[in-house]
Amino acid sequence: MDRFVELENIRKHFDTKKGRFVALQDVNLTIRQGEFVSLIGHSGCGKSTVLNIIAGLLDPSDGIALCNGREIDGPGPERAVVFQNHSLLPWLTCYGNILLAVERVFGAKESKLQLAARTEEALALVGLQHARDKHPHEISGGMKQRVGIARALAMEPKVLLMDEPFGALDALTRANLQDEMVKIVEKTGSTVVMVTHDVDEAVLLSDRIVMMTNGPAATVGEILQVDLPRPRNRLALASDPAYHACRSAVLDFLYQKHKREAA
Amino acid sequence: MTVAKPVAANLPLPRRRKTVSPAARLAATPWLAPVVPLLRAVVPPLLGLLAFLLLWTLVSQLSRGSLPGPVSTWASARVLFADPFYQNGPNDQGIGWNILMSLGRVGMGFGMAALVGIPLGFLIGRFDFLARMTAPVISLLRPVSPLAWLPIGLLVFKAASPASIWVIFISSIWPMILNTAAGVRAVPQDYLNVARVLRLSEWKVFTVILLPATLPHMLTGVRLAVGTAWLVIVAAEMLTGGVGLGFWVWDEWNNLNVEHILIAIFVVGLVGLLLEQALVWLARKASFGQEN
Repeated sequence: MDRFVELENIRKHFDTKKGRFVALQDVNLTIRQGEFVSLIGHSGCGKSTVLNIIAGLLDPSDGIALCNGREIDGPGPERAVVFQNHSLLPWLTCYGNILLAVERVFGAKESKLQLAARTEEALALVGLQHARDKHPHEISGGMKQRVGIARALAMEPKVLLMDEPFGALDALTRANLQDEMVKIVEKTGSTVVMVTHDVDEAVLLSDRIVMMTNGPAATVGEILQVDLPRPRNRLALASDPAYHACRSAVLDFLYQKHKREAA
Repeated sequence: MTVAKPVAANLPLPRRRKTVSPAARLAATPWLAPVVPLLRAVVPPLLGLLAFLLLWTLVSQLSRGSLPGPVSTWASARVLFADPFYQNGPNDQGIGWNILMSLGRVGMGFGMAALVGIPLGFLIGRFDFLARMTAPVISLLRPVSPLAWLPIGLLVFKAASPASIWVIFISSIWPMILNTAAGVRAVPQDYLNVARVLRLSEWKVFTVILLPATLPHMLTGVRLAVGTAWLVIVAAEMLTGGVGLGFWVWDEWNNLNVEHILIAIFVVGLVGLLLEQALVWLARKASFGQEN
């Protein structure tokens, strides 16, 4: 499907005490099924707002948001979200957190045994079988984020939405998780929309990079097609001129054309 | 939440130049090293208690025997606790009965306050309209001294014991309502977003997210309530009579048995301390490693 997620003339404003703040204006974007799209831009450019509109957590003020041919009406498990700060429930174990999602999505049709198998499978996908019975406060930030990803993937969403999923992690952990994400996406063929401000991360993972202009009234500035062959390998890419061309294109957009004045 | 975080013993001590702290010097003596943490934990409280006993003795000496000292109080306590559950008619019963009666009243009043206050707190926290609606009444009634409610209790129930239970109820309900409501309002939006993405049912949202997320706040309310209730029961029983620690204190004052009054003070303090510690322990169990 070529037009799996479709945003048409999206406008979003927030009414604040200081008056109306227009966050997004004329945002048009279509995403193919199985595509990995990154939204990149300076902070405050409304990239998370775009993601939240696709998630259904925010309603657009104007314009149409479609997923799989139907208008997006509120959040739902077919559009799973990996939140920036993992958002695991602290009183449930890793297993419990994933099971909560699995139960909600498949509980009506499947037996307890099948639900348990799905949960174990999701844990295995992110390599966390050993932390199965640990609570979130007992594991590292990277592990928490992996549980968050596993929870989202276990729902078998039509679209996986990730809001700066690796933003809160240290550089090494982030690189490891990115590499894992490359493998997971190749394995599952998920449609993914990821918000990031990390240029390398965007180039490494994406099929297309959507670069957003600065707010207020931010919109899609340019879209870069990343035609690097998959499977991608961080080390091999480091000496690949095509990789560097993509990287400079994004950097050029962010730091030349839409340079942000130091706040 | 106001639970004091335990200070990690392995934190590096602030560096000082030249001067070496006595503890460090102690730790440097090899044969003493293993007992240093123990000494550090035990010695200061013991010294404090000792100073307290000394002061007490001094004051009792100065009062020329009108205030009994620690020794005679201790002797009196041993007699009293040798037979805590005797019964010589309604106004002369063992200390054990008095404690149990007071605890029973606190339990009743406090339990009913929890049954009403916690669900009410949930509703107030969840629905802004209700919060605005109840705010003026709660703000008006909360600062009233619980004992001011005693005549109303006596008027309505026409008996002493239900009236003191009523006073406990009214004094312990406010912290439970307010803390539960604050807890519900403080549930992180992230958790609620998870619920929205999963489209969890209201019941599931309540049991899986709201209840556990609010539990630490709720227990703070319970802890404050139990503290107040225990403070208030002694005063209420002094006024209403019957069996109970408060009445006992008043009765012994009429008998001019000052040793027993002092014992009562220690018993009230000790029971209060135990109640508080039990709830602190419970709160720690229920916090799931959350930052509070």
